[in-house]
Amino acid sequence: MVLALHLSYWQVSALRSVGILAAVLLPAGTFVYLFLFKMVSFMQSRLGPMEAGPFGSMQLLAEVGKFLQKEDIVPERADRKLFKFAPYLVVGTVLLVYLAVPFGPDMWFANLNGGVFYLLAVSSISALGVLIAGWSSANKYALIGGLRAAGQLIAYELPMVLAVIGVVIQAGTMNLAGIVAAQAGGSIFGFDGIGNPYAITQIVGLCIFLVAVQAELGQTPFDMPIAESELVTGYITDYSGLRFMMFFIVEFASAGAFAAVAATLFLGGWTVPAAWADLNSNWFNVIGPIIMLTKMLLIGGLIFFVRFTFPRFREDQLQRLAWTVLIPISLLNILATTVLKVAF
Amino acid sequence: MGVLLAAAQNADAPVLVAENLAFGMIAAMMIFAAIRVVSAANIVHAAVYLVLVLAGVAAQFILLGAEFVAITQVLVYIGAIVVLFLFGIMLTKAPMEGEERAGRDNWALGAFTSLLLFGLLGYVLLDGFGRDKLPEALAPTSTGAVSDAIFGGYLIPFEVVSLLLLAALIGAIVIARRD
Repeated sequence: MVLALHLSYWQVSALRSVGILAAVLLPAGTFVYLFLFKMVSFMQSRLGPMEAGPFGSMQLLAEVGKFLQKEDIVPERADRKLFKFAPYLVVGTVLLVYLAVPFGPDMWFANLNGGVFYLLAVSSISALGVLIAGWSSANKYALIGGLRAAGQLIAYELPMVLAVIGVVIQAGTMNLAGIVAAQAGGSIFGFDGIGNPYAITQIVGLCIFLVAVQAELGQTPFDMPIAESELVTGYITDYSGLRFMMFFIVEFASAGAFAAVAATLFLGGWTVPAAWADLNSNWFNVIGPIIMLTKMLLIGGLIFFVRFTFPRFREDQLQRLAWTVLIPISLLNILATTVLKVAF
Repeated sequence: MGVLLAAAQNADAPVLVAENLAFGMIAAMMIFAAIRVVSAANIVHAAVYLVLVLAGVAAQFILLGAEFVAITQVLVYIGAIVVLFLFGIMLTKAPMEGEERAGRDNWALGAFTSLLLFGLLGYVLLDGFGRDKLPEALAPTSTGAVSDAIFGGYLIPFEVVSLLLLAALIGAIVIARRD
């Protein structure tokens, strides 16, 4: 269906299966190279990787090769089966999150009716993988890290869901393609020159969503689950080789996934405002993913900028922030959105 | 296989082979996992098998075109309830070996209750649907239709359930803060 090319059902399905791997790995790799290797090096007045490839761009492949060669160690007292299974569960969760995000008029993996709801549901499964990883290591640091991670994921899922409800009310649909279309074709008080990106009208929701994402990802200032000064590396302490690399990929792939979700819900996803171009054109199957990646890099840049500039919260401060600040504000936001939706 | 043949013999509608196969495989997986939930020596393993059962239920809902219910199943049961189970188990005691046998003193009572529940649910389903067949082109029920039903015809049961949940919530807070 790309550029008037007609493909049969199995060809489309095969393309989508390959596409989702690209959609998970490309942003993750870009985030690692651009933010972890280069941006933080600049902020800390050092060069970052320079030797492998031009500007050190092949460093990532070298790292992957290094982890692939390392021995995959299972601690003697660990629960072998669950220890080996946990990384797959966490990786699977990220793949499932990407499933519902559209990258163009025909560039989607699954066009679900309850897309937003689906995203929130599958992203909640990762807590399970983290808990299992922490427990099965038979290591007190890992167990405490796993418990902290799960407590954090449960606490911040609520503000996240509540922040998204504002968007759903305003768009009038839970389908992600529908939310994207509502933003591209919308107008703010009759002015439709830039459509209606919910980053403007749902600015409160966007702020709450970004804080909750930072906590769900376990990025600083919410990185207590892997706090190095207290817990070695929390639930990944005992992992090595390939399985460690899977947790590492998940950290960045899920940053990419949440950046994609935030870009879709608040920045208009793969579209430009409908006043600028014909969005049904087949060209948007090619340009759409590029626009999407640009918006994802914007959100990802914000996530990693905060990660490298803020100190860590304490555990009780983290819980208090979620329950006494974010949840009441997001409830008020829903109320205000409902009133305005009915009034206008 | 027997189910397939029986369906083929009295079929007015064509047999949905893929759906039937999927149903059978998921159901077999669920039964195996459900037996392991009550027979596993290690309580954390039992909780993980419970995840398999609940995921199977969600998969069956998807086969029935009930997308919203399937997603709710994952969000509420796997994402919240089992995580809280594991959380509780790990905060209190999490034996690595199966040395501490999970108490099965009440197995007879448990078996009786589950048989009773099985009979009741089976009767209700047979009584309600009998030999009804799923439509051939099964479209997913839209979320809008589900919410229209909840806030239309089933408004009062819905409100009663939400009051019940509120009461449970307040009860939990009262028990937790004994001062």
